[in-house]
Amino acid sequence: MAVTPPERRIWWNEPIEKVELIWIVIAFFWGLFMFGFMIAWHFIGQQNLSTETYRVDPSNYERKVEAFAKEYQVRDLEGVPVVRPPAGKDVYLLGRLWQWWPVLELQKGQSYRIHLSSIDWQHGFSLQPTNINIQVHPGYEHILTLTPTESGEFGIICNEFCGIGHHTMTGKIFVRAGTAEAPSSTRVAEGTEEGGR
Amino acid sequence: MADITVGVPEVRVAEFRTCQFTGLKVDVAAQALIKANAVAAVVFLALGGLMGLLVALTRWPAVHLLPAEWFYLVLTGHGANVLLFWIIFFEVAVLYFASAVLLNSRLAAPKLAWAAFGLMVVGALMANYAVLRGDSTVMFTSYPPMQATPWFYLSLILFAVGALVAVGIFFATLVVAKEEGTYQGSIPLVTFGALTAAIIAVFTLASGAIILIPTLLWSAGLVSTIDPLLYKVVWWGMGHSSQQINVSAHVSLWYLIAALLVGAKPLSEKVSRTAFLMYILFLQLASAHHLLAEPGLDASWKIVNTSYMMYLAVLGSMVHGLTVPGAIEAAQRRNGYTKGAFEWLRKAPWGHPAFAGMFLSLVMFGFIGGISGVVLGTEQLNVLMHNTIYVPGHFHGTVVAGTTLAFMAATYLVLPLVFQREIMFPKLAQLQPYLFGVGAGGISLFMMGAGTLGVPRRHWDITFSDATIGFQHSAGAFLMMGLNGISAILAAAGGILFIVVVVGTAFFGERIKPGHKLTFPLHSGGAAAASHYGSEATAKLPGTIILVTIFFVSFVLYYFINWKYLSELWLFR
Repeated sequence: MAVTPPERRIWWNEPIEKVELIWIVIAFFWGLFMFGFMIAWHFIGQQNLSTETYRVDPSNYERKVEAFAKEYQVRDLEGVPVVRPPAGKDVYLLGRLWQWWPVLELQKGQSYRIHLSSIDWQHGFSLQPTNINIQVHPGYEHILTLTPTESGEFGIICNEFCGIGHHTMTGKIFVRAGTAEAPSSTRVAEGTEEGGR
Repeated sequence: MADITVGVPEVRVAEFRTCQFTGLKVDVAAQALIKANAVAAVVFLALGGLMGLLVALTRWPAVHLLPAEWFYLVLTGHGANVLLFWIIFFEVAVLYFASAVLLNSRLAAPKLAWAAFGLMVVGALMANYAVLRGDSTVMFTSYPPMQATPWFYLSLILFAVGALVAVGIFFATLVVAKEEGTYQGSIPLVTFGALTAAIIAVFTLASGAIILIPTLLWSAGLVSTIDPLLYKVVWWGMGHSSQQINVSAHVSLWYLIAALLVGAKPLSEKVSRTAFLMYILFLQLASAHHLLAEPGLDASWKIVNTSYMMYLAVLGSMVHGLTVPGAIEAAQRRNGYTKGAFEWLRKAPWGHPAFAGMFLSLVMFGFIGGISGVVLGTEQLNVLMHNTIYVPGHFHGTVVAGTTLAFMAATYLVLPLVFQREIMFPKLAQLQPYLFGVGAGGISLFMMGAGTLGVPRRHWDITFSDATIGFQHSAGAFLMMGLNGISAILAAAGGILFIVVVVGTAFFGERIKPGHKLTFPLHSGGAAAASHYGSEATAKLPGTIILVTIFFVSFVLYYFINWKYLSELWLFR
């Protein structure tokens, strides 16, 4: 019984039941497969989180974001600058109590180097409804190359509790499908095909 | 040489009684401690459960009960009370039971055990005081740079020290039992499971001390900064492995309940014990799966720690997922229920709340908690649900539908056997595990559904009504949160029934005298279960094979569905 000592003192030499053995082998190989699949996704998949990260002083980061926003600002949304950076360039996004700043305007199919950091507490970058969720730390500048594959309006919400105004911490990314005025317009079509390769 | 004897404590002359149902020798001092810890556990379950209901009613968009300040405060209290205090007090009771009672031994140091109990009570009360004051709303994870008052960190440290002492007494009791020869051969499987839980607890509490002590000093102004990333890495060494204590403990209780209610024996001691051992060896490292969406951690580090480490621990759980129902099937077939693949299951004692709770816990822990845990712990898939309400969905599947339900089930054995009281309101007791189980399962599934649709965790208002730049979640997300609220009401009703039955029984239940016949009888071989030795002989287990096949197919399908979701996201690298 499970509540009594094993019948045979040398229980570790008893043979294993066949049904148990088969199940152990199946479960083990399934684990091995799942292990391999994570590695494989780095080669076959296009959704792998970058590990490019730098230590950064929060106030320095804030200055960089402000300079970036000033350079590429195109308009305003509820008092927050809307910034349209050129494709392939460095894009800065800042989390603070309680907003994601600034609002970004990106081109579908183009890749951007997105810098993420916080200047106060930990925040959660949650892009919706696309559902990409990344942790954002003060003092760490995390850079990922992001390629929007669909156009429209996307919300950024904070999903790491950051105090009483947590639920008001939102931001926005506009993704334009257009081929219009951007100098890189000829590359948009192939960009969509090629994606983030 | 004389001074050597100075340190040797006097051996306490323990007072024993013999249990008329199992024939076990019960140390009266151990029995009192089991009672005290179980009662404290239930008190904090009541408090934390009430807080959980308030949280769910606030997150139900149509109800939206509490104001924001209260919501975050109550959510912090909910986590501490149920995830720490309810579960650990109960686990201490399980440890004392699995050592002193199952080994027919005296408890090593009852006075010290009472001191540990006192420390834990003080810690738990202090933590509630700190949270309710409103200046320690830092959530269960308490990530810096967000800061609580020193009282908050100190309370957790006191509680942890108390728990550590209790774990030490468990180890000492094993030594005492061995030395005094109160059993022969190896310790029983249930005690072995409890031992793995205790070993993991030591590692966990050490991690907790390593991170909470500097955090306390920081909060008191004696240390200037705590690196948020470093904090997280160490914190999860405590945070996740503490959940592994629960798994070891509740799997032990599955074996215990199966043994006492249907006379189940392990299919093979070697397999079941190795599966427990895997928890010790591998799961601590797997706590890295909480860090998959963090900046700066290398992909290979993440893969190593979340895969071969975690999958070996998952393997442990998958093994128990076969051996527990397998042992039950074998026992039931021996009891004469041999027709077809499933007569053994249909004719199982579903009317006994301990069995019903245990089996529901087994199924939901595997299907809901287990599968979602692996998906959540996969390097790339994590980006889909990190910090969404999917995460609480997962751990309500493991800790509420799994651990809490198993602990509740075990209580229906503890009341007659340890408290020596007849269960009051037997009809309500029969209903209770189903009500709570369905509620807990619903909470888990609907939160996972809402998380898949992007609803964040720990969030007061998913309509973003006060935000400058608004955002609208899908109608499906609102539906899921509503269904979550309804499930929470069911679970709370089940929780209240549990409290009513337990408190009623503990204080007013009919005292059990010699010759008493229980309302919920143990297996007719209950006494034999506790006195005979043995593993199961070769048995054909068609029902169990079908059950694990269904489990495996669900697991594989769900795993690949999530890769499909992932492949549709924007590209990032």
